[in-house]
Amino acid sequence: MFACLHGTGNLAAVAFDFSPLVEQTAPDTVTCDVAGLDRLFGAAQELAAALARRAVETGVQAAIALAANPDAAICAARGFSGVSLIPQGDEAKFLGSLPVALLGPSAELQETLDRWGIRRFQDLAALPPLGIAERLGAEGLRLRELARGEAERKLTPLEAPPRYEDEIELEYPVELLEPLEFLLARLLNGLTTRLATRGLATNELRLNLHLETRAVHERTLRLPAPSLDGKSFLKLLRLDLAAHPPAAPIDRIRLGVNPVKPQAAQGGFFVPAAPEPVKLELTLARIQAIVGEGRAGCPELLDTHRPDAFRLQQPGTDLTVPRRGLCAAWTARSVPALPQGDRHHCPRGAKAAPWDSGVSPRLIFRMYRPPRLARVTLASGQPSYLAAEGIRGRILKRAGPWRTSGDWWTTDPWSRDEWDIALSDGALYRIYCEIRGWFVEGSYD
Amino acid sequence: MGAAVLQKQFESLLGGHLGWREKPAAEVVPSGIPEVDLATGGLPRGCLTEIFGAPSSGRASLLVSILAEATARQEFCALVDAEDSFDPLSAAAAGVDLPRLLWIRCGHNAEHALRAADLLLQGGGFGVVALDLGDTPVRAARRISLTSWFRLRRAVEHTPTVLIAVARQSNAKTCASLMLELSRERARWSGGTLDSARLLGGMRVAVARRKPGLAISAAFESGCERNGAATIGSGWHRGRLGTDTTVHAAQKTRLGTVVSVPV
Repeated sequence: MFACLHGTGNLAAVAFDFSPLVEQTAPDTVTCDVAGLDRLFGAAQELAAALARRAVETGVQAAIALAANPDAAICAARGFSGVSLIPQGDEAKFLGSLPVALLGPSAELQETLDRWGIRRFQDLAALPPLGIAERLGAEGLRLRELARGEAERKLTPLEAPPRYEDEIELEYPVELLEPLEFLLARLLNGLTTRLATRGLATNELRLNLHLETRAVHERTLRLPAPSLDGKSFLKLLRLDLAAHPPAAPIDRIRLGVNPVKPQAAQGGFFVPAAPEPVKLELTLARIQAIVGEGRAGCPELLDTHRPDAFRLQQPGTDLTVPRRGLCAAWTARSVPALPQGDRHHCPRGAKAAPWDSGVSPRLIFRMYRPPRLARVTLASGQPSYLAAEGIRGRILKRAGPWRTSGDWWTTDPWSRDEWDIALSDGALYRIYCEIRGWFVEGSYD
Repeated sequence: MGAAVLQKQFESLLGGHLGWREKPAAEVVPSGIPEVDLATGGLPRGCLTEIFGAPSSGRASLLVSILAEATARQEFCALVDAEDSFDPLSAAAAGVDLPRLLWIRCGHNAEHALRAADLLLQGGGFGVVALDLGDTPVRAARRISLTSWFRLRRAVEHTPTVLIAVARQSNAKTCASLMLELSRERARWSGGTLDSARLLGGMRVAVARRKPGLAISAAFESGCERNGAATIGSGWHRGRLGTDTTVHAAQKTRLGTVVSVPV
């Protein structure tokens, strides 16, 4: 059984809702194989009615015809409006009243048929095949078959537009993460296979969990680089759901992926290996499950002079790309000549080049987060004794005060006086005084 | 026939000592401080290097120098910061390429830091993984079992990663392949009077290699560029109060902007 839709609108979408075998016969005609749908819809009339309903729902205006062969269905859909159902064996009788021009004969053949007075299907169908073969050739015979509704052929299938979204409706709500993982693995497996067959990867996972309470728990995971690693996706989803569990049992799961071209990058011969982006993302997710969300990433300084102004951002995808133009082997300094008898050795090819002795390391500051509230005793306007949590002692040496201020044009200005001090406990600290009192900001190390 | 006899026969045939039982020497990388490299021979890959010393003994300076050197080699590094004490500003000024540094802020939890370091080592691909327990109280650091250090050592073995642990005292013991003890020799102050200087100029740090082999000492100077610059137009001002104008402040580097202004 074949169905044909002839009209305007997204005919293919309607056809794909009923059958995977769809042919785009013409821009305004779509034919599909609906054999076997009687188990779902019952009689052919029911199927035709369902097709018509679906067409109305999707805004398609089309004539629908069902027949035992595709060409009879096409002729009926083009010739009759509304829904036509051609009983098997009655094609010639049903199509008999249609004009021959509907079969699309060549101009020369159309003229011949006009001269003979053949204007309808039934006229052409009544002609003897031998005579048609002698006078009109193969095209004539083909037109006769079509007019009799006897032409048999296979459909040229149209590839269905790929959908990268799957869903599972559950009979019983899922409450635990473990059974949910099995379902997610099933969905992910199907989606990654679909992507792989088309040579694609994904950089985004969209998970919609429909809860018993009618609410929808939505999670979106963005990957730093396109990947097809289903196992990693599952681990990422599990970690994300463990960190953000849904508020109620789940009765429907929908998982979608964003299809993109896979990343094709070749690492440089001299560029050191960097963590794989997806593996790094997974490691970061695991670490954030331990230390807390937003507490791992690459630091980025903010464009302000406010103390301790930074933010954490996700590591980039181009970790293996040299940032300074030269390859690592050329830019890296080598280890200087080692003392005799040392058990370590220089890497192959690394020359014992003299060091640039002009470069000295920077004294690094260690922050106390949050700054420690301190009690400071002043002598002659200068701090002379400090007591704070875990720090206590006489100030032996000091440099300051250094006044810093900023953001006075905003609602959150800051202003403070800083001292660098050497305490009797042997350490070097930075302390500051502001409106709220004295604080130890950190130590030099 | 004994193994020793067989070995002797092979060695006599091949004309020399085979040395097949010796462990291949680890590849080393520079720390960024030539004096330290001369004393230690570099930092071994696939091994645990322990840096320890009292507060303000130059541990962070050495650690950041190692990170700066590694990021300059285009390696991706990780810093597991147990006490949340890392200062990105001074690290950037010291030459650390921040986009190549993964910073894990463990919020005063050494156990979390150990687990994070273990995960990073298992993940692989890092040039340097640094576990900073420098501000962790000695008692808390000592509570870390030797098993945990063995686990870290085992995880970093046969990888090209340099694992560094920074603490106040040595904790890893036999698990560390290289142990460096740091101590501050003196702080360098400039200008002003005996007890009230103008600038903290830096400090001189003594480094002693405790392991492997005989103790070798070295010293390096770490400089401090005390900010005294003023960036006009950004609403930021920094200057010493009540001073004359003969002292020139050091350079201030923020997001690629270098401003040097006398104060």
